[in-house]
Amino acid sequence: MALLDIENLSVSYGSIRALRGISLKVEPGEIVTLIGGNGAGKSTTLRTISGLLSPQEGQILFEGKPIASKSPHAIAANRLIHVPEGRGIFANLTVEENLRLGAYCRKDTHEIRQDYEHALELFPRVKERLWQLAGTLSGGEQQMVAIARALLARPKLLMLDEPSLGLAPQIVQLIFQVIRKINAGGTTILLVEQNANLALQVAHRAYVLEVGKIEMSGPAAELANSDDIRKAYLGGH
Amino acid sequence: MSASDVLIEPTSHGVNILKSAAPILVGIALAVGIQFLLPSTVGPYYSRLVIDAGIAMILAVSLNIVNGMTGQFSIGHAGFMTIGAYTAGSITFYSSLLIWGTAAKHGSFLGSGEWMFVIACLCGGITASIAGFVVGLPSLRLRGDYLAIVTLGFGEILRVLLQQTGKVVDNAEIVRNAPLTTFATVPVGGAIGFDGIPKYTTLFWVYAFLAITVIFAYRLKRSSFGRAMLSVREDEIAAQAMGINTSRQKLLAFITAAFFAGVGGGLLAHESGVIISPKDAGFQRSFDYVIMTVLGGRGSITGVMLAAILLSGLPEVLRDFERYRIIIYAALLIFMMLSRPQGLFGIHEIWDFFPRSWKTLPWKKSPREEAQ
Repeated sequence: MALLDIENLSVSYGSIRALRGISLKVEPGEIVTLIGGNGAGKSTTLRTISGLLSPQEGQILFEGKPIASKSPHAIAANRLIHVPEGRGIFANLTVEENLRLGAYCRKDTHEIRQDYEHALELFPRVKERLWQLAGTLSGGEQQMVAIARALLARPKLLMLDEPSLGLAPQIVQLIFQVIRKINAGGTTILLVEQNANLALQVAHRAYVLEVGKIEMSGPAAELANSDDIRKAYLGGH
Repeated sequence: MSASDVLIEPTSHGVNILKSAAPILVGIALAVGIQFLLPSTVGPYYSRLVIDAGIAMILAVSLNIVNGMTGQFSIGHAGFMTIGAYTAGSITFYSSLLIWGTAAKHGSFLGSGEWMFVIACLCGGITASIAGFVVGLPSLRLRGDYLAIVTLGFGEILRVLLQQTGKVVDNAEIVRNAPLTTFATVPVGGAIGFDGIPKYTTLFWVYAFLAITVIFAYRLKRSSFGRAMLSVREDEIAAQAMGINTSRQKLLAFITAAFFAGVGGGLLAHESGVIISPKDAGFQRSFDYVIMTVLGGRGSITGVMLAAILLSGLPEVLRDFERYRIIIYAALLIFMMLSRPQGLFGIHEIWDFFPRSWKTLPWKKSPREEAQ
């Protein structure tokens, strides 16, 4: 059974149709990436999955159960965690408080502690900044805090929206290494990226989204070599 | 000790109970000290000011839970206060009439009359928090200006309703023999206000309740529950993504803030020289408290307390200027907001400005140092 199973999902902003019947699956243990240009509906897809938008049509099954009508906090409590675009850091709280909030729904003190240590191992820079207000960190560090915070919820499915947005190439490399590590630790990841090149490097499978429809899908390596993709997204000739 | 030990403090229950009771005990000891030392040293005029400042602090600190910590904009706080004031006032007034035959103050310090007053204040808090629930529920879908308008409307509606209430029945015999229908008009004084409430409010009770309010607010801010409120203020979408039920959090913020406002109202109703009237529910008074929270800083408990002291003292200091007083008051406010738009302390507490060496005992390391 797929961890996340989306069928025929349609979403509109008022009269504008953002998603026109997309279907996708995420199997346990995978990194699946959703690539596509601006306004293709990538973020809309994630926002619909996490309950911030409600779909007009279609269904979303998480672990076989429909979640399309649930509220965002109830979905998050099922350990389907969304790191929103623009990071959504709590700027006037310390980094440590941000991390604590990640574990808000959990009561298993001992495991939270393990996850906390693990998250800080993945991001040593976050550990150095624990007592700083999160708003004073650099963009890259804030992205790290956002991911570390999401890890404290011990997600079954981690949805990352544009983790590379506005970051220096070195930092982007670093973050993608960590994404690999997180996945290697057993966490399933759904990754939305504009940087298709990078996304296809880390992902197992990919979906290409174009104006609200899935144009292509398949193993990431295959898509990376496909001529259409290279022309459209990878800047190749 | 590693950083993670700081995240989850080791718990030892015996020590913790002592630790959590200590601030309350210190607060109550301070309240006793103020009660017995202050009036004899500064005289009744200044004692009265200190009482007013204490009540203002209770109101401002409680409003800060909604406006500062949860980031909602409520301008109907005086409405909750007034509900508490009328509830507590009618309880002590009519119970005194029934039990002692007169509505005058009964018993001495910590006597039976005072305990009735304390229970009445708590009942005032409870009715106010029920009102908080009722107002909060439909308001949850609103934010910013729209929520402000709803809370403003609540205060005004309450003011008009209170004007329609019946005359106070101040005779014990009549109260005893009156049919229940007499009470259908809610005899709390109508437009002229509720006169004759026994004057129980003393420095001790104001500062004891203030201590409880402040410690509660501080504990709340440090708890995971309070952090969830802060996260709603910071970024509602991200808070939801953490699994926080933001609507529930806002509603609970409303209810707790209203509770303390109601208690503060109870204290105000029993203060000597004060006759509570429907206009207390109006927006003028609500605005005073909003100004205190804005001037103090978002979510800063000590900042809001300082602002409450300043703003309740300022009109008295400016009294010599007579009719120009309000103009100077307003000009000073404008000046303060221009020079410190984030409020006196911003998001910080007063001790964040102390040098680090003051904050920890010399033989103890701060958690920050231990983490490094």
